[in-house]
Amino acid sequence: MSGASVLYDVPGPKAKARNRVYAVLGTLAVLGLIAFVVLRLSAKGQLQPEVWNIFNYAGVRTSIRDGVLTTLQVFAVAAVLSLALGALLAVARLSDRKPIRWFATGFVELFRAVPLLITIYALWVILLSNRDSLGLTGSQPQFWALVVGLMVYNGSVQAEVLRAGINSVPKGQKEAAYALGMSKTQVMTTVLIPQAVRAMLPTIISQLVVTLKDTSLGYIITYEELLYKARLMSGNIIVNGNDTYIPVIIVVGSIYVAMCLALSALANWIERRGRRAKTGIGMAEAAEPVTATDAMEAAGAAPDGAAGTKG
Amino acid sequence: MNVLLDYLPEFRDGFLGTLAITASSALLALVLGVLIAGFRVSPIPPLRAFGTAWVTVLRNTPLTLLFLVAFFVVPQILFQGASPYVLATLALGFYTSSFVCEAVRSGISTVPLGQAEAARSLGMTFSQTLRLIVLPQATRTVIPPLSSIFIALTKNSAIAGAFSVTELFNVSKLLNDRGYPIAWIFLWIALAYLVITFAISGLFRLLERRLGVAR
Repeated sequence: MSGASVLYDVPGPKAKARNRVYAVLGTLAVLGLIAFVVLRLSAKGQLQPEVWNIFNYAGVRTSIRDGVLTTLQVFAVAAVLSLALGALLAVARLSDRKPIRWFATGFVELFRAVPLLITIYALWVILLSNRDSLGLTGSQPQFWALVVGLMVYNGSVQAEVLRAGINSVPKGQKEAAYALGMSKTQVMTTVLIPQAVRAMLPTIISQLVVTLKDTSLGYIITYEELLYKARLMSGNIIVNGNDTYIPVIIVVGSIYVAMCLALSALANWIERRGRRAKTGIGMAEAAEPVTATDAMEAAGAAPDGAAGTKG
Repeated sequence: MNVLLDYLPEFRDGFLGTLAITASSALLALVLGVLIAGFRVSPIPPLRAFGTAWVTVLRNTPLTLLFLVAFFVVPQILFQGASPYVLATLALGFYTSSFVCEAVRSGISTVPLGQAEAARSLGMTFSQTLRLIVLPQATRTVIPPLSSIFIALTKNSAIAGAFSVTELFNVSKLLNDRGYPIAWIFLWIALAYLVITFAISGLFRLLERRLGVAR
């Protein structure tokens, strides 16, 4: 708040009184908004005890638990795969061999430009129509479509983050490593990537938060993760002649927000720790990784992206 | 190849639908985002807390969940009978407003301190300082992140297609149901999105050049 407080004077007695009036008015406005929503909720009978009692049923609890576990499972697999793909693509984009570099650039630019949902949907259709030859059963086509879609999209974003990190390592590091007689692979794996990962860790984790949020796209391809389970439940459980969308969405929403906040907190903690350390290169900011990398790319991506459509 | 030519009207409608939903939710996000950013730097604590809560909650909620809220909760408790287009605009606009707010707020902090100090020493109030001095200068630094926020918004608008708004994802679903090969559909839809995102980044680069000053 130190940057913001320059916008107004240290309040004197008059301004203090005025600010107090505004504060009261502001509080009233915020409280009024909350009260309005609560009133509407109770007018629709959504605050009745029976409506909220559904969370005491074992079935509802199991369903939510299974949903959370499925979401976390998709997240874990997709996170690991996207990090692996990201590292691979980042190295490929920095390769000395032109075909490899072009292929990686095209891949990254294509899948970053296409909405994730479109990719996931296309993968789902492909997997569903080939499921017998691929030996997929049950909900496996949905699972793999979701995981591969998340891997391809987030892998492309992570590749850009990692590439920015590798490029931010001071040139002397690479030159010193070559001077010691290390091979190209050794320089990359033992000198550049460790420093890049350390510098970019907050951004990488913030992108993992995006991955976690995007697992909810499984809802649209009818994969039974947390959101789909919630939708199914709230449509099926009828209390007092009403469906239970509101309580279920409030509870499931809180679970999502809590999971994402926990992961963001980790990113912020690592960033603060990294700032304290005096050695090495500076830490990237934890906030808004996609936006940050896209901003860098939006300035210089036009020719690459045009190649991307062909790739 | 033939998919595009056979279904040109559908592709056109989807393309225009994506453009329309992106434009209307971008407008909503811009208005809300600047307002909330003003709240977050204001001298009034409850408004600051409200702004912080707004950004924290919306940024950590999956967009699909917001769509569920817009399509199942809002009609029940606030107003009924809104079209899917309006509801989708609300969900996208609210979600994006939190990102716009953060971009504007970091833009405000890049305006040199002397500017706000000079405005204050002229006797300007908080809202005058913000409106007349700081925000116009913050515009310049806010434009590059805004460009990428709107590109992300374009991509996010695909989710609206799953909630029966006519746009490009909807077209891809429709044509797939009619049995066309998904690879071609995917390629054409991808191309359509590329056209929109390049148009946005081009437009913002133009804006950046118009607004840029030699310092």
